[in-house]
Amino acid sequence: MAGVGSACLVVGLLTALYAVFASIRGARSGRREWVTSGRRAMYCLAALCVGAFALLEAAFLRSDFSYALVAEGSSTDTPTFYKVTALWATQDGSLLLWATLLSLFSTAVLFFTRRSLRDIAPWATAVLGVVAAFFLLLMVGWENPFDTLAMPPQEGAGLNPLLRHPAMMIHPPMLYTGYVGFAIPFAFAIGALVARQTGADWIRATRRFALIAWTFLGTGIMLGALWSYTELGWGGYWAWDPVENASLMPWLVGTAFLHSIMVQEKRGMLKIWNASLICATFVLALLGTFLVRSGILDSIHAFGASTIGVQMLIFIASVIALSAGLIVARLPDLRSEARLDSLLSREAFFLLNNLVLVGLCLVIMWGTFFPLISEAITGTEATVGPPWFNRLTTPLALVLVLLTGIGPVLAWRRVTPSGLRRVLMVPVAATALVLVGLLAFTNATDSVPSLIMFCFVAFVLSAVAQEFWRGAAARRVMTGESWPRALGRLAGRNRRRYGGFLVHAGIAILFLGVAASSAFLEQRDVRLSPGDTVKVGDYTVTYRNATARLGGDTSGTGAPISLGAVMDVRRGDQTFTLRPSRNYYSTGDPSKGAISRFFEGEATSEVDVRWGARRDFWLAVRPDLVSLEEPIARADRRFADSPGQVQAIVIRTLAELYRQDPPPAAFRAIVSPLVTWIWIGGAIAVLGALVAAWPSPEARLRRVRSLYAARLGRELSRA
Amino acid sequence: MEYAIALIVLAVLVAVVVAGPLRRPGEEERRDESRIDELRAAKEAKYREIRDAELDREMGKLSREDWRSVDRDLRGEAITILRELDLLEGRSPETGRPV
Amino acid sequence: MDPSRKRKLRLVVALGVAVCLAAALVYTSFSASSEAAQPSELREGQSYELTGKVVADSVDRDGEGLRFRVRDREGTHSVPVVYAGVVPDPFREGREVIVSGELKQGTFVAERDSLVTKCPSKFTKDEQNS
Repeated sequence: MAGVGSACLVVGLLTALYAVFASIRGARSGRREWVTSGRRAMYCLAALCVGAFALLEAAFLRSDFSYALVAEGSSTDTPTFYKVTALWATQDGSLLLWATLLSLFSTAVLFFTRRSLRDIAPWATAVLGVVAAFFLLLMVGWENPFDTLAMPPQEGAGLNPLLRHPAMMIHPPMLYTGYVGFAIPFAFAIGALVARQTGADWIRATRRFALIAWTFLGTGIMLGALWSYTELGWGGYWAWDPVENASLMPWLVGTAFLHSIMVQEKRGMLKIWNASLICATFVLALLGTFLVRSGILDSIHAFGASTIGVQMLIFIASVIALSAGLIVARLPDLRSEARLDSLLSREAFFLLNNLVLVGLCLVIMWGTFFPLISEAITGTEATVGPPWFNRLTTPLALVLVLLTGIGPVLAWRRVTPSGLRRVLMVPVAATALVLVGLLAFTNATDSVPSLIMFCFVAFVLSAVAQEFWRGAAARRVMTGESWPRALGRLAGRNRRRYGGFLVHAGIAILFLGVAASSAFLEQRDVRLSPGDTVKVGDYTVTYRNATARLGGDTSGTGAPISLGAVMDVRRGDQTFTLRPSRNYYSTGDPSKGAISRFFEGEATSEVDVRWGARRDFWLAVRPDLVSLEEPIARADRRFADSPGQVQAIVIRTLAELYRQDPPPAAFRAIVSPLVTWIWIGGAIAVLGALVAAWPSPEARLRRVRSLYAARLGRELSRA
Repeated sequence: MEYAIALIVLAVLVAVVVAGPLRRPGEEERRDESRIDELRAAKEAKYREIRDAELDREMGKLSREDWRSVDRDLRGEAITILRELDLLEGRSPETGRPV
Repeated sequence: MDPSRKRKLRLVVALGVAVCLAAALVYTSFSASSEAAQPSELREGQSYELTGKVVADSVDRDGEGLRFRVRDREGTHSVPVVYAGVVPDPFREGREVIVSGELKQGTFVAERDSLVTKCPSKFTKDEQNS
């Protein structure tokens, strides 16, 4: 079946190229049949990509090691759940995922716009075709996921244990969906520029795609942070790692884009800016894809140097050059239809928020690429660490959160002083109240940035609440509905607006969690023997006894050995038990002994967390195997050629030895206040984005109703 | 072998699907109601803008004078769209009756 | 002031702010950065981001901390490292690590929690091919 897969890719490449050719021909000659043909080619491309993807996924599921990719990234003892995800843990597989998602997105958008945007859509089809063709070319020319091995191995290498986490199942596809989704507004922006149709039509047609892409990318980033928190064993959720930054940058610029297109829709301004923003977003999305696998920056995510770095760089450079050239060539068509009336208006604050977001992105970009920059300037490679990032991004984040609260309450065009007083009174009062409360009852003054952030969060939440309340009140006056009904109807009829407010509230709550957990975290690293007790913050932790499990890893990652600890935790009257452990995976390294290979392979921390609304208690253990070294070495010599069952008994005995007499183990305990609100805030933001993106049913309904009303009118007047 | 057969079969399938519209040139033009659909979408968008502006005024996001001028402009644009739509759909612009 | 002059003034102010911010960005990054170096390139009393491979049989737990030696990626020159804090899961002898700190009297004193281990070669592609 590998041959069929390769054929899908080759035919897919030709189909994509044909789509480009046919669409351009149709656009230039105005002959609709060519445009339709080009669009159909994109539909075919989606079918081919999905076919190839299904073939490869099937090979992973049946562990067909004649596929090089399967032998590399999976194994028979990998749990089924992770066999599915192993596809996109490999470079070739992730390219295929990219191309498949792109073709599906393109199909969706081209289907929805098939009867509209007749000048722009053909050019957009051509752009999408070029992007798809590039990724297919990479696979056909250099990284064919359907490469086969002449001598299939008995067993595959297995999926990296670090990636065996539920969040890893969805994190990469989410990020990729986000990256790919931004290709749609990008393609239509280019189409609009080529066709000189620089109004807001292309924005209206693709706004929803941009919003969906933004939601997926944001969710992907959140899941990555959650994975870091619960799997990586260091207790944090964000480390300013180059690959994390690479996913954050397009998200920030995408956020700016989603705001500034509203200004273009409402006022016909910022056209150059919007076109530039979406091009930048797409370029950053490509860069994100590239950085994960390029190996040019030191990262824990650098899963091996890529063989397609040069091709990716050439493509990114061409996208930058061509889109910049196109924007410059179309400058006369991109003139603003209106002027900024006042600096105190919603559009001015949108512009400010854009500048902050882009500034934030530039800071992160500078820091991420600093090793390359400093090598170019000073000749020595140097890096900036998380403290640098924290110092520079904190003020920008503060301004951003404040703007999150101010933006929604301001009026378009200009705000009168009395109007300003009216909308700001409640939020400012609420903020002052919170500030007084914080100063009086907490130690929030220990961290000034956090204190400011808490106040700003209060400001945002009260501003958003006020918007909902005022809207519902106005509705009640007109309709006499009950409060909940008025609130529901209000949000339902103006999804875009109130969904957006919900996103703002979610982001503010997220930052509440970030500010509290970063400034008021208590952490201890200790070595404990059974019976020892340690205090962390208000918590008392006692190491009750060691545990050893074989093959029964509770989280289903397929680890053969887990060693851990049972810990009794007490805080006041509250007591609970945590069971952190560490999973050991066997290594195929032939230089290791038959027994020691089970202990000296990969190991991952399975942390145990007591989640709570006010604080999390996070605990990780790192058992010390020093007492086992001697017995393991002896077992290596004696049982090297023993049958598997005997070796299993030996390993069981060794694990039991550890359980009964464990040497002191290293623990990391963290008390992290309000950290859960990061995930809750993120979830609220995603919910808000979904509300904003959902097509409003009432618009469709009304169209039908208005048609009937018109006919009714006609018919009645005839009688 | 498997590769070659798959290549030919898939290429032929794609060619058949893609060449469909090219074999019937002109049909697209006849079937093409894209202008009408575009206008309907524009009308929807314009209505939404009008209602949005109304909500803005109710919520104090637009002053009464600003709203009046915005609303007048938007309604003017909406009428232009409706007029063109009526012409294309073969209705009399004044009465909305079929002509 | 007429509107066009006002706009020009605004533009100048905005550009000025942008230039200042950019200068601050450049200045802070160069002053806060630490040079990446391999063991043979270290000099006394300067902060570095040390990269290299963990020398075989050199890892030793020392109470709360960890002692090990790091050698040049290609070469044998090595330096002892004292480290405290969380040890990444993939940390092993022979693997490539990145750790920040300072060279004090011949010993590299690492900052807490600064140890990063590159992902193991078993899961990378090119090493398997070679």
